[in-house]
Amino acid sequence: MTKNLHLWVIPLLPLIGAAINGLFGRRFKNAMVSAVALLFTAASFGWAAWAVYSLWPGGLAPHIETLFPWITAGSFSAPFGFYLDQLSMIMVLVVTGVGFLIHIYSVGYMSHEGGYYRFFAYLNLFMFFMLTLVLANNYLLMFVGWEGVGLASYLLIGFYFLKDSAANAGKKAFIVNRIGDFGFLIGMFLIIQHFGSLNYDTVFNKIAEGHFAPETGWGVFTVTALCLLFGATGKSAQVPLYVWLPDAMEGPTPVSALIHAATMVTAGIYMIARSHAIFNLAPHALEIVAIIGCLTAIFAATMGLAQTDIKRVLAYSTVSQLGYMVLACGVAAYAAGIFHLMTHAFFKALLFLGAGSVIHAIGGEQDMRRMGGLRKKIPVTFWVVTIATFAIAGFPPFAGFFSKDEILGAVFHSPYGGPVLWTIGVITAGLTSFYMFRLWFMTFFGEYKPDADLGDAHLTAAVHASPAAHGATPHADSHDDDSHGHGGVHESPWIMLAPLVILAALSVVGGWVGVPQFMGGHNEIEHFLAPAMESRSAVAGEAAAPEHTESLASPIGEIGKENKGTESTSEEWLLAGTSVFAASLGLFFAWLFYYKRRELPDRITTKIHGIYTMVLHKYYVDEGYGAIFVKPLLALSTVVFWRGVDQGVIDGLVNGAGTTSKGIGNQLRRMQSGNIRSYAAWVALGGAAVIAYMVWLGVSK
Amino acid sequence: MIPLSWYLMLSAVLFSIGVFGFLLKRNIITIFMSIELMLNAVNLSFVAFANYWNTHPQMLPSGARMVPLSGHVFVFFVMVVAAAEAAVGLAIIISVFRTRETLNVDRVNLLKL
Amino acid sequence: MVHQVLFIVFGLICVAGAINLLVQRHPISSALSLVVVMASLALIYLLLGAEFVAAIQVIVYAGAIMVLFVFVIMLLNAGAEERTRGSRIALLVGVPGVVVLAGTVGWLLVTGSQQLGGVTIGATNFGDTHTIARFLFRDFLLPFEITSVLILIAIMGAVVLGKKEN
Repeated sequence: MTKNLHLWVIPLLPLIGAAINGLFGRRFKNAMVSAVALLFTAASFGWAAWAVYSLWPGGLAPHIETLFPWITAGSFSAPFGFYLDQLSMIMVLVVTGVGFLIHIYSVGYMSHEGGYYRFFAYLNLFMFFMLTLVLANNYLLMFVGWEGVGLASYLLIGFYFLKDSAANAGKKAFIVNRIGDFGFLIGMFLIIQHFGSLNYDTVFNKIAEGHFAPETGWGVFTVTALCLLFGATGKSAQVPLYVWLPDAMEGPTPVSALIHAATMVTAGIYMIARSHAIFNLAPHALEIVAIIGCLTAIFAATMGLAQTDIKRVLAYSTVSQLGYMVLACGVAAYAAGIFHLMTHAFFKALLFLGAGSVIHAIGGEQDMRRMGGLRKKIPVTFWVVTIATFAIAGFPPFAGFFSKDEILGAVFHSPYGGPVLWTIGVITAGLTSFYMFRLWFMTFFGEYKPDADLGDAHLTAAVHASPAAHGATPHADSHDDDSHGHGGVHESPWIMLAPLVILAALSVVGGWVGVPQFMGGHNEIEHFLAPAMESRSAVAGEAAAPEHTESLASPIGEIGKENKGTESTSEEWLLAGTSVFAASLGLFFAWLFYYKRRELPDRITTKIHGIYTMVLHKYYVDEGYGAIFVKPLLALSTVVFWRGVDQGVIDGLVNGAGTTSKGIGNQLRRMQSGNIRSYAAWVALGGAAVIAYMVWLGVSK
Repeated sequence: MIPLSWYLMLSAVLFSIGVFGFLLKRNIITIFMSIELMLNAVNLSFVAFANYWNTHPQMLPSGARMVPLSGHVFVFFVMVVAAAEAAVGLAIIISVFRTRETLNVDRVNLLKL
Repeated sequence: MVHQVLFIVFGLICVAGAINLLVQRHPISSALSLVVVMASLALIYLLLGAEFVAAIQVIVYAGAIMVLFVFVIMLLNAGAEERTRGSRIALLVGVPGVVVLAGTVGWLLVTGSQQLGGVTIGATNFGDTHTIARFLFRDFLLPFEITSVLILIAIMGAVVLGKKEN
């Protein structure tokens, strides 16, 4: 540690903003609230940028600032400290940067909403927890941030708390996340047990010192890694705990962009990447990580195909993209995962904000079938969403292409991945392209039909979890057109468009930091992240005894070498070409179905009605969870725990204690009759007892 | 020679009768007299033991020091206290009678909640 | 032998008087029975050689305190005792308690009487006024003075309590 960067300032600034707005915001004017929120977020971004600049490009060792011991129990101690290495540098810049842009956007978007100060207080609170999460220097502090962002997410999903569906979605998100947190907690306990500490540097150095060889079977590291993975599946919406994220779209759109696309949901990815040392010791766990990521990616992509709510399409797309990142982690290509995390933050935030802009433009409508032809009416939004769509679909030279290609390439070469997972990944890429262009065509091309009849049978059935999606409450975002005071389609104000343009620019150039070598680039991001990622063990390995080096570098190090050394350029071009081809195919079919021949989708869906209905209902996962977990649990709780334990035993004990003492008191009350002779009788009895006792003592002696 | 136990027995009988009187009588003055009876019973024990320890110092518990005649002096003090008690107690009885118009303790149960 | 006969006679009178105190329903009869008890107790004190105690038993107890009782009975014009059922506890708890108490002590005395030995009017000048006075005004001077203060307080208390309220 060479100089003190006061990293604690970075998370503290948004907290101050949250405190000011939360405590006094009610009395402030809206301008004041937004000024406070923006000022502190910008300051945080500035400080983070300065800190990163001061450290740039970062040494092999992370920059650690320990403020004070926080929890000390026996030999265990968790300090309150911050940790800045290349990984957290990227995270902190993404969180503060994208967060700041979304704050700006929200000023415009939320300007007509009630609870304006509340919104910004929550948003700043979220920033605080998220920065704590990424800057923490131990798992416990990370967990604080982890729970905190869950809380902020809950508050913001349920921001329109008067709406039942929003409140329920908030609860669902919170509860599902808690299931994942359980896994994270167990993982932390296992780490404490085996490393005696939760500090990153202690844990990683212990691993780097080479006491542990990668497990061949199912050992403690595998279990630890799987527990951490379970935590990540909750936060990052992976199979099987992804169900909360689509419902989370009940929150205001900037929230969806910030929390449920760009930052919070990537916490799981960050956690896995942060714990890569543990995961590297557990090849089985890595395999499972890869499989889960892959499953999530394709699963969510297919579900995204049939959605008609613009935000839900994006939600499933987010789940799917997160699946990609997890897949990258699963094949030990953490840098690629983080790279995709970063580019995804740009273009997915852009997509959400663009969608918000569209929704804003047409007065709160979220159903894509009621949109169309908006290209001319909201040109700026159209162009930025176009960029984002091309980025997410994976067309060069947009950001998504490079990061996705990086992942797919790593998957193809990795022993944990292989051609099967790669094929699924490419198919997912095609599906992604298809549903994103479907969204694009449905929204911006064709004719504007705000009063489209949505009455066809199976689509009405699809009202499912989100009544808001289908006009039951037309202003799902509470974005009341009337309150704007001007009807018709209108472009959003520049305070909303400016962040869109910046994000669009980032979506284009964001990927250029990771141009792979075979295309003539240097893949700067991978080299940048290298000290924090794979080579860490190698670095420590050099310091360790030479004979250990061989076992240490394997199998991860070897994969890395293989990637660099043996790959042939033509093969790489082929892989990249395949994914671009898949994306083009998606574009083509979307164009065919949703632009050229619009009757086709209906005909196809009637043909494959069964599958279509299944996809439309999201494979009945929600219903399945309801039947398998929720209902039995509810029944158990009602019958056994509520009626039986709570009412019977606990209430019985409590009430019983009350009635018993009341009864005893009622009887004892008679002793206090006020009659002197009764008192005398008790005295006589007591005297008799004392004398009898003394006599007994004397006699027995 | 009269056995000590006779005196003690007489004392116990008088004391028990006193307690019975306290428990069973309703008239507050009679109850008061029962108390006097109990005091007298105790006095008898005191005097009997004073005489007994004087003639049987070997029966004293080891280490105990006998002050001759202290039993008599105690009786003297008990009488003085009894006299004081009678004076105050009878004054209380008078004032209770003034307010309650009765000497029956069952009707003077103001100690109740 | 004479002493024993005298003890039995006066002891029986004593117990009879005490029982009469219990049985009589008019307080004045109870008071007179108590005088009998005290007088015979004074004689039993004499059997123990306690001359001074016997004397003040008659003077203070039978003379002063009992006269006070009788005065109060006359003053309040106390009639025969009412038969009220105020306390079942006294009967149910107190009487068995006393029976147990008396039984225990009695059994103890009967079984232990052999070890105790007897009491006679033995030592000369034991319990006479002269000896007691020396103890009282030398060894027990402080308690004696405190007792006189107690008596004073009792007198004042009695006066205050007995005063008619305005």
